[in-house]
Formats: sequence, structure tokens, C-alpha cells
Amino acid sequence: MSEKILINARIIDPSQNMDEKGSVIIDSNGKIKSIGKNIKQKDASSKAEIIDIKNNILIPGIIDMKAFVGEPGYEYKENFRTLTQAALAGGVTSIVTMPNTKPLIDNVSMVDFIIRRGRDKSSINLYPCATLTRELSGTQMSEFGLLSAKGIIGFSDVTKTIQNTETMAKIMDYASDLGVLIMQHAEDFDLSKNGCINEGEVSTRLGLGGISYIAEKIIIERDLTLLDEFPCRYHINQISSKQSLGVIEQNKQKGKKFSVGVSINNLSLNENDIGDFKTFLKLSPPLRLEEDRIALVEGIKSGLIDVIVSDHRPEDEESKRLPFAQAAVGSIGIETLLPLALELYHNESLTLNKIIETLTCNPAKILKIKKGTLKVGSDADICVFDLNTPWVVKAENLKSKSKNTAIEDRKLQGKVMMTFLNGNLAYKI
Amino acid sequence: MAVTKNTSAIKNPPKHLLGIQNLSIQEAKKILEEAKAFIKLNRSSSKKLDILRGKTQINLFFEPSTRTQSSFDLAGKRLGADVMSMNMATSALSKGETIMDTAMTLNAMHPDVIVIRHQDSGAPNLLSQKVNCTVINAGDGRREHPTQALLDALTIINRKGKIEGLKIAICGDILHSRVARSNIYLMTMLGAEVNVIAPKTLMPSSVEKLGVKSFTDMKKGLDGCDIVMMLRLQNERMQGTFLPSKREYYEFFGLTPEKLKYASKDALIMHPGPMNRGVEIDTKLADDINVSLVKEQVELGVAVRMACLKLYCK
Repeated sequence: MSEKILINARIIDPSQNMDEKGSVIIDSNGKIKSIGKNIKQKDASSKAEIIDIKNNILIPGIIDMKAFVGEPGYEYKENFRTLTQAALAGGVTSIVTMPNTKPLIDNVSMVDFIIRRGRDKSSINLYPCATLTRELSGTQMSEFGLLSAKGIIGFSDVTKTIQNTETMAKIMDYASDLGVLIMQHAEDFDLSKNGCINEGEVSTRLGLGGISYIAEKIIIERDLTLLDEFPCRYHINQISSKQSLGVIEQNKQKGKKFSVGVSINNLSLNENDIGDFKTFLKLSPPLRLEEDRIALVEGIKSGLIDVIVSDHRPEDEESKRLPFAQAAVGSIGIETLLPLALELYHNESLTLNKIIETLTCNPAKILKIKKGTLKVGSDADICVFDLNTPWVVKAENLKSKSKNTAIEDRKLQGKVMMTFLNGNLAYKI
Repeated sequence: MAVTKNTSAIKNPPKHLLGIQNLSIQEAKKILEEAKAFIKLNRSSSKKLDILRGKTQINLFFEPSTRTQSSFDLAGKRLGADVMSMNMATSALSKGETIMDTAMTLNAMHPDVIVIRHQDSGAPNLLSQKVNCTVINAGDGRREHPTQALLDALTIINRKGKIEGLKIAICGDILHSRVARSNIYLMTMLGAEVNVIAPKTLMPSSVEKLGVKSFTDMKKGLDGCDIVMMLRLQNERMQGTFLPSKREYYEFFGLTPEKLKYASKDALIMHPGPMNRGVEIDTKLADDINVSLVKEQVELGVAVRMACLKLYCK
């Protein structure tokens, strides 16, 4: 590959506090050679390929910390190829994949398989998670050491929570010694059982079982109490309520070290969007009140929440076309992650820098990977987007194999124009 | 063929009765007005009309039901429709067929109306999106039971002359009750003041936002009420612990002649049935024809369902 120079870009890279008009030179190995306002076209070699960014915004490739692939076992919902296409169209260059496949990613041979398969079928950076407990049982911890050595980035039971406090204590104790990342889904199942949406007026009107915010809060409180004794790398996958945020604030004020994620859905939608039983908006954790949504946006602003994830969960039509209580949980979202997040910029809720930080350098820090930055020498994974292009979300135009988007017909502003992987143009609109 | 069918569907989309929440006050009053005419007919010796002659009505009951199913059955027959009742507990659904597949199968037989009862809230809404005939909700999960509320309204109007200005208490397992929800929407829409009374564990979240006052004390909740609607404890929907015992429930929330005294002195009692005698209501009180409207509710149920079928199944 020859050298490239991307000119006329507004470069935003929160990892080096950069927001300036300039150029990026990518060397022949696909690494960032130089970057910034002082870089001129003449700094590149004479043979360098020139790409005009046309004053669009250039940021590090996005890291999505929570997405479901479907392989193995659910190829009819999503496979590596379709997920990759959807990700690239959304400017996402690195994905943490969830282990609740069939079979589960809970043993060494499955890790070998998934890494090989990903390498063959996908061009983007895949960081597989393994299950926190074997067979998602919630009882026997997975082989953290062996699995990490094989390339597992973190451990999560995805939609399940370790209910037993003693088990969780042991997991955190053991994990603290190895330094592995524990990613918890916070939900007390006794409190949430039979529930499928937020408990409140909407659940009463729709006659659906409600999930109280307490189900989430109580697990976070428990885990953060345990974290005092067993200081492991602890991450809460997604929070959904202002009450959870309150607990997080208290604990962060005490100086405890942990990280927190939120789904773009919980930042952009509330329970009223469920309307007349729209099953594509059946999510976990559930959409809650508008005041919760606003609190979560504030949580991003204040830094209490570190990352925004897509919580990409492809589901086929059959599993969604059921009475609400029986319908599958989740929505796709990797392709619309950035454009939907930009809505928070356009409505003046968040700064661009903050949004990009939660999608690039913050996840990289939590995952301890050398991504999410455009510092000299790092991989040239790059996303270029036009901040203002208006467009309307239509499921049929999305690249994911499943079409269960929670934001069908939503009018968005801002679209990914190009995505580079290791310096190669991997997607162009 | 397909083209003609599509055009007619656009010209004349089927109307559905999915819940009181989707009903305007005019529509509700029209149903009640229409139903009044059928009360007399049902008491006469010749009950058969030909308003729905040539129409096909399918009763699709995924949950066991005695009174609602037989009431819809009779209502359809008295209007001259061909009525088929399907007890879905024993059909292909137990072979793994989904509700949508069943709906599409039945839809292919060109029914004019499907009356559905389902254990899941929202199932009739889902059905109505997929079939091209009228869908009438005969009770879905804990969401709505619109014809029950309408027959309750008709019963009250029949006795009290009106609903506007009345004070109505709904007492019991509000949390799991679709009857309570539909009645809350209808009675408040028709101008009644509604109190709901239940132990805290059986009270739905944010119930006041539906326009009612909530009470945990029968004495306060019944104060000055003209109508006392009792609900059944839906043990089959209760997972986990809600109450210490039936005995304790009866002590605080069971309707007895003593507790009825808290209400207005000419207060009347209603119950959607089936009753748990000695759990939510004193057995003598339930049978007291001077205060209990239970039998009248069943009787007028047929008239209300006839009105609904007539108005929605054109």
C-alpha cells in the first residue's frame, strides 16, 4: 500500500485534545505518520494518494463495546460479513462481540474458532468476550486466565446477571488478581421477573409487567460494595435510570475505580416511544422515563458515564412478531450509533468532543487497547462523517441482516462518508 | 382478483374494538345506545334478527372463559351470523404454531369478525395488524376488556339512569385486572369519579395518572360511593408473594354488609365474575338481589356484545 494523505479535514481526536483543520498522513504500513494543522500536502511523499475530506469531520474509528454477531448458531440473524458491513457504514472499526452465541463462547476451543472465523470473514477489529460463568449458569466462573491468554478481552454474561452475591464476590476476587475485565449486566432477576418494560404509567396502561429501576440499582450497589474489597476491573454494561446514576456518582466521589456504559437507545428514546406495542423497542435494560433519559445525557456530560454502546442485537422478524411479552429483546444499532449520537450534538445536549470521546478513546482505555486514537504511530482506523447531511432511517436500507431497528423513520442529521481500516478505504458512501 | 380486494380494503378498512382507550366518547355512547334496544329483544320470546346474516364470526379464545365466550356466541347467533368458537388451548397452538400463523390461517377463510381473548396484553392489536376483518377484544392479559366495561356501564345506566356524577369504587386485585383498567377508562370518560381500592402490592404503578384516586383503606375508598365493583383475586396470574393469606385479605378488603355501610346507602354491588365467595365478597351479599347487580351484568352482556358486533362488523 502506498502512502496516503487525507487533506481538508476537521480532525477531532479527544485522545490528544485535538479539534483543528488539517491533514493526516498515513504511512505505507497503515499507521498514522503525522497529523494536525501543520501538515501540508508537500509533507507527504510525491507518490502519496491524495484524498480530499472536503471539510468533513475526521475522527478515530469508533469502538462499539457491545454488539452481538450471531455466529456461531444464529447466522440467520447476523453473521460476521453482514455485521462488518453494518459497522463500516456506521464508522465503527472495532467491536467487542458478545459471547451468548450457540454454542456459547465459554471455553478455549470456541475462542479459537471465533477468532479464526472473524479473521476469515471480517476485516474489522474484533474483540471477543467470553461468558463470565460457564454455560451462563451464574454459578461456575469461566476460565479467566486461559481464555484471556487466547485473546478474550473481557467477560460478560451479556443479558444475565450473577444473582448470587457469594459467586460475584469470588469472581471479583479472582479477577482482581488476574486483571481481567468484568462486564456486568445489572438486573436483579427476582425483581424484574415477568417484566418487559419500565414500571410506571405506560406499563400500567399497556397491561405489561414492569421492571422497576430498583432491579438495576440494587445490583450496582451490591457490586460496588464488593468492589471495595475486591478491586477488579469492573464495568457496568448499560445503565438506564437516574437512580443508578446516583449510586455511581456517590461511589465515584469516594474514588472507586470502575467504568459505566449506556446504550444509545436509552440516550435517545423513552418509554413513550413504545407506543402501541412496538416490539422493536423492547430492550434490556428497558427504556425509561424522559427524566431518566435526560439524567443519562447529563451523566455523559459530567463523565459519570464513560462509553456509549450500540447494544446491537439483531433479531429476525419471527421472534419480534409476537405479543409483546413473548417477543425477543433488543434492536440493531451499530450502523446508526454515530448518527443517532450526533442528534445529541444537534439538539445541544452534548459537545461533539464529548460524544466522540465516549465512542473512541474512552472504550479504548477501558479495554486497554491501542485504538480510538490518531496519535502518531497508531493504526489508521478512521471514520469520516458529514455533520449535517439529513437522512431518514429506513430498515430496508440498513446493512444488518436483521431489520429490527428501534428508530425506523427517524430523521437524523449527519452521516458517515468514509471508513478506513489500517489506512485502507473500507467504506465509502 | 387481488386488485379488487385491495381497493375494497383501502376504501373500507375494518374497524376494530381493541380497547376503551382507543374509543371516543361518541363511539362509547353509541354502543350503549344501540345496546339498550337489544335488552328488550333478548327478553322476548323471538330473539333472532338477520342483521349479520351471511357474516362469519370466529371466537378465538386462547384462555378459558365461560361467560364472555357464551355471551359473544349468543350475541352473534341472535344477530344471524354464523359463529364458530375455537378453544385454542387444545388446538394447533400447542403444536408450536404461533398466534400469527393461526390468525393467517383463519383469515384465509374470510371471516368478517374475529373475537379474541388472549393471555398476553396487546395480542388483539397484533392480530388486527395482520388480518383484514374486524377484531374485537374479549380480554387481553391485564390490559383491556372493553365489552365488560361497556356492559358494566349499561348495567349502571339501567339502574341509576346515568353515569355522570356517580362515584364508583373498584376494589380488589387492580394490578392484574383488565376489567379494572377498561372500567377506569370508560367510567372516567363518561363523567364518573372513580376510586380504586387495593392492598399496595396489588395496585398498579402510577395508577393515579389514569385519572383515579387510590386507597388502601376500604372505609375511605368506599365513602359516598354509588357503585362498588368487586374484582376477583387472580391467583393464576400471581407469581410470588402478594398477600399474607386469603383470610387476611378478606378481613381488610372483602366486601361484607358492614363494609358496604361505608358506601352511599343505596349503593349497588357489581362483580365481573367468576366470584370467590368468602375471599373478596360475602356470599350472602353476592346473592342479595336488592344490592347485587351480578345477574343483570351477565344479562346485559349479551345486549352490549350484540351492539358491538352490529356496529363493528359492517
